[in-house]
Amino acid sequence: MTTLPVEKSTAISRRALLKLLGGGILVAAAGPAAIAEALSQRNRPAMPQNISAWIHIGKDGRILVLTGKVEVGQNARTSITQAAAEELQVPMSLVTVLMGDTDAVPYDMGTFGSLTTPMMIPQIRKAAAAARQQLLTRAAKTFGVSADQLTTHDGKVWAGTRSASYGEVAGGEALTDTIPASIAVTAPNEWKVLGQTVRKVDARDFVTGRHVYAVDMTAKGMLRAKVLRPPSYGAVIESIDTSAAEAMPGVKVVRDSEFVAVAAPSLSAAGKAIAAIKVEWTEKPGQPSSKQVHAILRGTSTIAHPEPVAGAKPLSATYQCAYIAHVPLEPRAALAEWDGTRMTVHTGTQRPFGVRPEVATALGIPESQVRILVPDTGSGYGGKHAGDAAVEAAKISKALGVPVSVSWSRPEEFEFAYFRPAGVDELFATFTPDGRIVQWECDNFNSGPPGIECPYDTATPRTESHQAKSPLRQGSYRCLGATFNNFARESHVDDLAHACGLDPLAFRIRNLEKSPELQEVLKAAATKFEWGQHTPASNHGFGLACGTEKGGYVATCVEIAVDPKTKAIRVVRAVTAFQCGAILNPDLLKNQVDGAVIMGIGGALFEAIEFENGKILNPRLSKYRVPRFSDIPKMETVLIDRKDLPSAGAGEVPIMAIAPAIGNAVFQATGIRLRSMPMRLPA
Amino acid sequence: MGQKLEIDVNGKKHQLDADPETSLLEALREDLGMTGTKYGCGESRCGACTVLVDGVPTHSCVTTIADVKGAKVQTIESLEKNGTLHPVQEAFLETGAFQCGYCVSGMVMTAVGLLKSNPHPTEAQIVEYMSGNVCRCGAYPRIVEAIQKAAQSGGK
Ligand code: FES
Ligand code: FES
Repeated sequence: MTTLPVEKSTAISRRALLKLLGGGILVAAAGPAAIAEALSQRNRPAMPQNISAWIHIGKDGRILVLTGKVEVGQNARTSITQAAAEELQVPMSLVTVLMGDTDAVPYDMGTFGSLTTPMMIPQIRKAAAAARQQLLTRAAKTFGVSADQLTTHDGKVWAGTRSASYGEVAGGEALTDTIPASIAVTAPNEWKVLGQTVRKVDARDFVTGRHVYAVDMTAKGMLRAKVLRPPSYGAVIESIDTSAAEAMPGVKVVRDSEFVAVAAPSLSAAGKAIAAIKVEWTEKPGQPSSKQVHAILRGTSTIAHPEPVAGAKPLSATYQCAYIAHVPLEPRAALAEWDGTRMTVHTGTQRPFGVRPEVATALGIPESQVRILVPDTGSGYGGKHAGDAAVEAAKISKALGVPVSVSWSRPEEFEFAYFRPAGVDELFATFTPDGRIVQWECDNFNSGPPGIECPYDTATPRTESHQAKSPLRQGSYRCLGATFNNFARESHVDDLAHACGLDPLAFRIRNLEKSPELQEVLKAAATKFEWGQHTPASNHGFGLACGTEKGGYVATCVEIAVDPKTKAIRVVRAVTAFQCGAILNPDLLKNQVDGAVIMGIGGALFEAIEFENGKILNPRLSKYRVPRFSDIPKMETVLIDRKDLPSAGAGEVPIMAIAPAIGNAVFQATGIRLRSMPMRLPA
Repeated sequence: MGQKLEIDVNGKKHQLDADPETSLLEALREDLGMTGTKYGCGESRCGACTVLVDGVPTHSCVTTIADVKGAKVQTIESLEKNGTLHPVQEAFLETGAFQCGYCVSGMVMTAVGLLKSNPHPTEAQIVEYMSGNVCRCGAYPRIVEAIQKAAQSGGK
């Protein structure tokens, strides 16, 4: 998993912000103690407190919400708009959310870890509720009544039949109160905007092709650049001759030791110029291949397991998963503009405040001279934490003094981004013949601890994550290592159920007394699936699995079919039940859940990066198979709305249960236990 | 380089001063500034770059401007007329058939091509026809639903 660099929290200057916004109400928010606590535990900087501005009400009554979160398809823009509209009691159409502009929005660590819903949404709700409160206080004076005689709706404050718009009440003046810690927000069962199905904000711009992604951005005098890539990881330039490239019309070459790039009027001209560079490389020998990688990651350390307690039997197994690629459909892209003093970069990233120091360091300028802006991005799935394209574009733009666009090709995206880590899980469990898990141990190698904890009732579970030296650059992913750890655990639990001669659902329920939430999703999925009521057709199998992370609970039941000739596995039907507290937007949530399950089918059945001698062997879509229309099963989704629980993020956790559910179904169909992701039956 | 080549995009003729081997995708995006058509793979494997060439869905990343000489090219930018969406766009919007939206232009153009040739496709025909298009966000079930909706509304 990615180790995130710890950055300084950068407080935005109030004067700069006011200038930017042209005056208006600013509500400074004191972050709730829980957030500060959570953040300090993770040794990361807290959200800016007291001085940070989240909400601005313009003279025209339009409301601007400021957030460091970004939109990558997970619909954060929509849920944040809903949150502000709910608490300000205004129509959503009055709210605009400014996201990921490091000059304008409060510092934010980044859009990952399903944190927007549990941390940003409450913050925006409180800020909006406090803003409304201050409008009331102010209007009460104007109308000469007490604040509790006022009501708000449609962007106006009402005193009986008299009214004034929010814009009029605000009068372009900043209100600088801190958010009272005790500010009341609307309870979920009274929500009118949150909790409802509303359409994705700006949806029309996507169906018309009008939305401008980073890859689409242009500037006057802009050149398009390509970076010279090494033939294998770690290769260094032995000798280089760029004269042929330089002689091409309109082409400029930039070189800074190992960094060599060309800029040209078009992407194809830049591509030709790169091809015209004569270079000899010294490659790094002895790099491992994907075939050996699991042995390397596992290493040779011995893990001692305890003796089984009296009356319990042991069961051990080893699982592994491959490196996989995120394959965001919009490859990394950036437009950089150097104005002689400041560097401005538009780029698709999940961490604008992480990219800012990356760019500053690369250019040797202070962070204050760098501004990162993030247009709504063609997805990330944890794959766009770093600022590679931004750094490249910035370096070239500064060197040439013109705006520069860098947009990666698909092979570059495969080869020079980072991967979801490969890993090994060693599981040791003991069980009693009457169907109780007694001891539980899981040792993970390389792919990280998320989701490794055992939710089943065992007295002294031991789970441990061991670091390894990854031969490939690796980083975050949708649900990080949880997809794999959950695959290993839920497959092992299935084996335990079979060892006890118990139905896998009954076995799980029996061992999940401590987790009524997991029981709830398991039962919901099983009921919808009609688990236990049917016998699969020949070459078909049923399987189920569950998992929990980040306050979300998921269970998936699948039916799979195995082709008797090719042994190819196809998912026929998938029923997923998901619970993430109070639902913010049922339709968009369903879309996320279905999308996560479909993405999970890729990692479960086909996706694997193959490599050898520092080269990726399958760096293109014709060689790396992602889920397509024909892979999609009949899908049913049960959303459990728990208005009594805080809302948890939903972009990640629904991916956790599909892979083990498929493996368990394959076991039922064939008697073969597949312990390696992607799962393939021997032909 | 040097010679002028004429291409017809969305009913308008454009003189391009470019190598005839230039991809249609690059010409649209860079020379004509029509960025609705997207790059996703460059090898005819994702469909993000789909446009209609004489009504047939075509991957513009592997099509040169010389290939479309004398043909009519239609891009996503042409579908909305006087503020009214094409029925396929309307159906995608109504169904919420996307997440990050990056695949949408290509999906919509492919679906428009499908409904032109087969106004009432079965679900299996939709899946088959759309199989060259990737939605990494996994909005596939809704895309199928949107195409069915557009077909019902008689959208071509
Ligand atoms: S970019 Fe043309 S098919 Fe992928
Ligand atoms: S919506 Fe993101 S790729 Fe389809």
